[in-house]
Amino acid sequence: MPSSLSDEVVIVRPSRGWMDLNLRELWRYRELVYFLTWRNIKVRYKQTFLGAAWAILQPLLTMVVFTLFFGRLAKIPSDNVPYPIFSYAALLPWQLFSKALTDAGRSLVSSRNMITKVYFPRLAIPLSTMLSGLVDFALAFIVLLGMMVYYHVTPTAHVWTILLFLPLALITALGVGLWLSALNVLYRDVGYTLPFLTQAWMFITPIAYSSTLVPPKWRLVYALNPMAGVVNGFRWALLDTPTGPDASLAVSVAVAVVLLISGLYFFRRMERQFADRV
Amino acid sequence: MSLALRVHDLGKRYRLGTQIDAYATLRDLLADAVSAAFRRRKKQHHPTDETLWALRHVSFELPQGKVLGIIGKNGAGKSTLLKILSRVTEPTEGYAEIRGRVGSLLEVGTGFHPELTGRENIYLNGAILGMRREEIDRKFDEIVAFSEIGRFLDTPVKRYSSGMYVRLAFAVAAHLEPEILVVDEVLAVGDAAFQRKCLGRMSDVAQGGRTVLFVSHNMSAILNLTEEAIVLDKGQIVFHGPTTEAVDFYLSSAMMRSGERVWQPEEVPAAAYPFRPLALRVKDARGRATDTVRSTEPVTVEVEYALDAPLRGLRVGIYLLSMRGEYAFTSFDTDDLDLFERWETRPAGRYISRCTIPADLLNGGRYLISVNASAYGVKRYFHEDNAAAFVVDATGAPGSQWAEARPGVVRPRLAWEIEVEEQ
Repeated sequence: MPSSLSDEVVIVRPSRGWMDLNLRELWRYRELVYFLTWRNIKVRYKQTFLGAAWAILQPLLTMVVFTLFFGRLAKIPSDNVPYPIFSYAALLPWQLFSKALTDAGRSLVSSRNMITKVYFPRLAIPLSTMLSGLVDFALAFIVLLGMMVYYHVTPTAHVWTILLFLPLALITALGVGLWLSALNVLYRDVGYTLPFLTQAWMFITPIAYSSTLVPPKWRLVYALNPMAGVVNGFRWALLDTPTGPDASLAVSVAVAVVLLISGLYFFRRMERQFADRV
Repeated sequence: MSLALRVHDLGKRYRLGTQIDAYATLRDLLADAVSAAFRRRKKQHHPTDETLWALRHVSFELPQGKVLGIIGKNGAGKSTLLKILSRVTEPTEGYAEIRGRVGSLLEVGTGFHPELTGRENIYLNGAILGMRREEIDRKFDEIVAFSEIGRFLDTPVKRYSSGMYVRLAFAVAAHLEPEILVVDEVLAVGDAAFQRKCLGRMSDVAQGGRTVLFVSHNMSAILNLTEEAIVLDKGQIVFHGPTTEAVDFYLSSAMMRSGERVWQPEEVPAAAYPFRPLALRVKDARGRATDTVRSTEPVTVEVEYALDAPLRGLRVGIYLLSMRGEYAFTSFDTDDLDLFERWETRPAGRYISRCTIPADLLNGGRYLISVNASAYGVKRYFHEDNAAAFVVDATGAPGSQWAEARPGVVRPRLAWEIEVEEQ
């Protein structure tokens, strides 16, 4: 079977310093990314008793707890939107992000078996781990639609912009996930810090509260957390809160892009040690 | 003829103790950074860091369509070489030029997920090995037929027997059609019939004009499937030439000649604890350590070892193999029921387990002894393939009045009778 690959010459040699990203190779292995994503989804839904219900239950139950304690007891203002839907609209992208972060961080170590046996672009592993979270997101999104009907929230004219905020969440998650997954191969401490990291990150993201509580002079600093931009965008697009795009969104986007690019380079640099160290 | 592979001065250095080092913590890193800052030194080298060249100065070329055998003891660098060529790990120095896709059978079943069905795992495993989806679609029926899993295709593989699992895994890997195929010891899987089938598939691949790198301890497989071979010892190529000569070189070279194997303390892996092998010796009928014995005389094989802690259920034994890699027999020191009960627990101490191979049993030729210390179903403490070797001289064996080579591993003196039925 003659294939286009047969004439290609690969040179295996020690690499030094920073390497190019070699995204073409990743593109050639796109079917592997697809199959790994598909495996992650399939295995998760096969192994758990409630299966797909988890994707909905997790944000739903978190929303109930938040509504009881932050909404009812602490009476945190929610930009004139019913608190349940206010927090749920934020929990959607947040759960996508935190799950992608945690899973991607551990992905290389748990795929040790493959990494030490077969060659493929290692980027495929954290990438597919992150992508498989999109199914959960889609399922949980259906619940959001139901809640919008229940609370009589009419979609805004700019509702389509969540298609831009969603990639922003993914870029951030992938960027941080790449850093953490590569670091976790070298230092297992990273695995232990993940739960703490996601928890702390959740508090600096406007999920239980609105970012309008942040004093205006601190807004730009606050936006250094790209997830703040994502959550503000989601609320603005879905619920028309006064958190629409402004200068702070530009800060968030810039930080996310820096995270992604630096993550990619760091990952590629560490990649050559994975098989020996994992 | 164009080259499929050009390896130039390839070397791979490992830091010893990387296993422990892999769990290095941030604390160490931070501690190092702090102390380095105080001493105002940029880089601090740990005096304890020892390195080992698993592979060094390895160069060879392989034209397209050739099959190259790779022979060597455990730890000679075979796996490291294959790992570099299949791009799993990077070399420390030198380079390799590879033309075409490299398919590796380093370990079959990589990425198999127990929860997924046979069908799903075929697609997943195929993708991991670098196959395109349409390629898997096209070969799907062939793979299923080859693996003989039939009606279990849609059953999760966690319910498969280990034989079925391995057959399926090999079937996927065997249908990958790379320009260069790297095979390591896969033939040690499955039952005899399936092994024959795998060998058949291997030689089809080899005859189909594909370039193959083939590593095996099975000398008969190496001889059958390859015409050219390299012998690796301590990470270096010590012989490169026609396979028959390479096998002879390997079996007769210094590394294999000895009827005695003495283990230095640093050679014993930490995982062997509390078992510590000391020596393996072949002795002739007069009790002298030797590497040549007569088939008409008994041979004594003894394993000397120490136990650093009491051990329950330990059995120490030998595998005897012919020079072609066929097993002659396997025997353990507690095979006998009385000994089995007497030595159920062995206290710490130094031991010798000794057995006698009776006269008139082995055929003439060269034999290899692998040694094993394990507790059945619990742990394999220590195993070394081809730890020692000896030659059996068949002078005076039954039938030596005819100067012919007798096939077979054994050459027993059987009690023949000749009856006259009619005269």
